Amino acid sequence: MNNILTIFRKELRSYFSSPVAYIVLAVFLIITGWFFTSNLFLGGVVTMRNVFDIIPFIFLFFIPAITMRSFAEEKKTGTIELLLTKPITDLDIVIGKFLAALSLTAIALLFTWIYVISLSFIGKLDFGAVTGAYIGLLLMAGVYISIGIFASSLTHNQVVAFIISFLIVFALFMLNKVLIFLPSGLASIFEYLSIDYHFGNIARGVLDSRNLIYYFSGILIFILLTKTSLESRRWS
Amino acid sequence: MSIRVENLTKYYGQQAAVKDISFEINTGQIVGFLGPNGAGKSTTMKMITTYLAQSEGKVFVDGLDTEEKAIEVRKKIGYLPEQNPLYLDMNVIDYLRFAAELESVPKGEINSAIERVVDLCGLDEVRHKDIGELSKGFRQRVGLAQAMVHNPEVLILDEPTSGLDPNQIIEIRKLIKKLGKEKTLVLSTHIMQEVEATCDRVLIINKGEIVADGSPDSLQDKFRGQVEINLVLKKDSIDKDLIERALASISNVERARVLKVDDTTITFHVSAKKGSDVREEIFRKIVAMNLVLLEMNKEEKSLEDIFRQLTKNSEKK
Repeated sequence: MNNILTIFRKELRSYFSSPVAYIVLAVFLIITGWFFTSNLFLGGVVTMRNVFDIIPFIFLFFIPAITMRSFAEEKKTGTIELLLTKPITDLDIVIGKFLAALSLTAIALLFTWIYVISLSFIGKLDFGAVTGAYIGLLLMAGVYISIGIFASSLTHNQVVAFIISFLIVFALFMLNKVLIFLPSGLASIFEYLSIDYHFGNIARGVLDSRNLIYYFSGILIFILLTKTSLESRRWS
Repeated sequence: MSIRVENLTKYYGQQAAVKDISFEINTGQIVGFLGPNGAGKSTTMKMITTYLAQSEGKVFVDGLDTEEKAIEVRKKIGYLPEQNPLYLDMNVIDYLRFAAELESVPKGEINSAIERVVDLCGLDEVRHKDIGELSKGFRQRVGLAQAMVHNPEVLILDEPTSGLDPNQIIEIRKLIKKLGKEKTLVLSTHIMQEVEATCDRVLIINKGEIVADGSPDSLQDKFRGQVEINLVLKKDSIDKDLIERALASISNVERARVLKVDDTTITFHVSAKKGSDVREEIFRKIVAMNLVLLEMNKEEKSLEDIFRQLTKNSEKK
């Protein structure tokens, strides 16, 4: 546990000691801010709907950008060898990095509460649905981050890591958008695998175990894949 | 604290990088792995430090199997990987603290552990600088400090002086000598002088095999070949062929030839049988011929020559 914390602190600090965190946060807030204000002032509706619709899109780029560095950079500079010869397990390292990226995303999401609070002054907001949507976004981010970290562990090139993780999250995101082209049996499988479908449920304020299992197993699978990918160095 | 390596083999695909090597290293020894680039030095070190798994064989550090007790083994080892990788965006103290925490140095002892290595490695003046701003010499010291922050009994240093300037090399060697007094220290290098300057024992590795093992002196004794002598005489009216024949007539001398002739001197090269000393007789012969001897020196076979000889031979195999 201590080791996870040590890795976590170091990773989080390295986000904030480089321009990465600031650029990512600024871009995130500019885009969500645009959708928030245009909805409020042009549409005149008290809702977070537009913001919650756009965030999964932003995550498609935002999260691969956050995670692409995590292992690729360590592999490129060789610091991975330092890290993997310290008395900590590979899993500790993966979880520490995962939590750091998740925290950065959570910080970005926390800033969007400015919109929620402003809205609550001017109209009646369904806080249940809003809270549900935030939980859903965080879980979705968790899946994307574990995918991003996995992609980063496959290569020592950050650009390659970005492209691989983007392709995987994009595929997960698009799965329920192609259902009309598929036979019904296949369509239901695709729908269950689609990340947007589960988010849609949670964002309505319904916390169903089916959706939670989907997210948590997604996170777990990619964290374990990352661990395996790190271990594969030993046998190559 | 001992390191025992038994029949260690590592394949990269079809190619064997390390072939069936065995050795044992005991406490208080400074051992140098000497070999050309790609000989398998780093691979061997990576297996000892548990970064890589071996294809065959066993490694024991302080009696612990590196495959079964990897985490325990890592606690006992301080490791400086090749190229000295560092987090350039961290400052020196933060980085050492990070290393200390990962090495599970108890919380209350972290500050004193950091002070100890800062002091030992002479990092006081740069303690709050980012590692990326440091010169190569300081970076190397940070790498060493990081490896020693938990006061390990075994230090494994992969090419600790590569890329440093001559002054920095001397400083790092001094530090290694100092550390070697209390720790088991393994370093790798492809520079012969490094081994002669720092190590108690040398393992010469070539193409994944140990081709020689012993102290630098004992290796020199073992591989000493013919005795080679150079002598410089003042130029005289006596014909140089005559001198050559006279030198060759000395017992034990196998060959004598003119190396160089210039305006005032003639240089000869004499080869004598292994283990013989013909210097006195050469001197007497020259005096008898009424010549003037300006210089005479016996060529010692250096570790470098032994290294070349060993690594060349196995290339022919």
